[in-house]
Amino acid sequence: MECPKCRGRMRTFDRNGVHIEQCDNCRGIFLDYGELETLTRMEAQWAQQSYAPPPPHGGPAWGAHHGGHHGHHRHRSWVEALFSS
Amino acid sequence: MTVLKRTRVLVIRVGDVVVKAHPPATDGDALARRLAAVRELDYVLLAPLGLERLGDRLVSLWPAGEPITVDDLDAGAAPWEEGGRLLARLHSRPVPPGLPPAGGPARARRALAKLDDAGVPAAIAAPVRAAYRTLWPDTPRDARPDARPGMRPDDDLDGAPPTRLTHGDWHLGQLVRRRGGWLLIDPDDLGGGDAAWDLGRPAAWYAAGLLDPGSWDRFLSSYLAAGGPAVSASDPWRELDAPARALTVQLAATAVATAWRAGEPLDPAAEALVSACERIVAATTVSI
Repeated sequence: MECPKCRGRMRTFDRNGVHIEQCDNCRGIFLDYGELETLTRMEAQWAQQSYAPPPPHGGPAWGAHHGGHHGHHRHRSWVEALFSS
Repeated sequence: MTVLKRTRVLVIRVGDVVVKAHPPATDGDALARRLAAVRELDYVLLAPLGLERLGDRLVSLWPAGEPITVDDLDAGAAPWEEGGRLLARLHSRPVPPGLPPAGGPARARRALAKLDDAGVPAAIAAPVRAAYRTLWPDTPRDARPDARPGMRPDDDLDGAPPTRLTHGDWHLGQLVRRRGGWLLIDPDDLGGGDAAWDLGRPAAWYAAGLLDPGSWDRFLSSYLAAGGPAVSASDPWRELDAPARALTVQLAATAVATAWRAGEPLDPAAEALVSACERIVAATTVSI
């Protein structure tokens, strides 16, 4: 499938039963009919499960959600980034 | 002999001495002023043994300290508290007269230039560039901190944060153990500046979802408890927001350029930083 925005190549991913097309070039995402609603429903369920009190010092308006998993920071590149300029 | 680092600088260890070859274009006068300032900062920054010129390179000599290792991090022993306390002490010292401006904003600008140098396509670089444009929206280009190499420490603009003694490139690799205590190293970007930039890198990692809230809280709480003056205890993100955005852009630009050069996809940490750039643009656009 061709990206409707930039004509790049779209690749298909399956995430928890939701079909997602992502453009290799502009990273835009195409959803089929009803899939946005499915994602919204799943997000609401997840947010309910993983509610955590806000951190003591707050965060910026653009900060990431820190409720659930912390998978990233064990990644090798991330550990190296802690040390280097 | 052990090679510790080979990037813009070359750092090798020979016995108890660490030798650092600075980039060929280094301003020798500025470096000499920075090293002179470090000699007055006992118990905060590691003092150099000497500075020499070898051909076209300036070479500084240092006593070897014990750096943090991946094992320290895996054991949950990252010295966030010590880092916070040392930065609080540094920021509380007066800015020595004649010290050049801190190098943080120039580093952010250099990181952005890497996108062009690596030939990253415009569509991929777009979120990083757009986030960069949020950093100094109301300031004419010539007056931005990243365009003022000759700015004196006392040239505060109206409403700008106070000029404080600032490390200029702080991260966990800038801490070493020596004689049972911890010290900051690497004064190459030391100078007068907005000291909140020294907290900007961990703040950016935290805001990108990479640094866990517990570690971030240990770092920031230690900084505040030690009298760190750059951020307010009641609302630290008032001062942190702009430097954290700048460091997010810097880290994202470096990661995207490096991945593109290597012909590899973005790793999860780089993806998280690019996503943070997208959120910066969205949040800034909404607030205008």
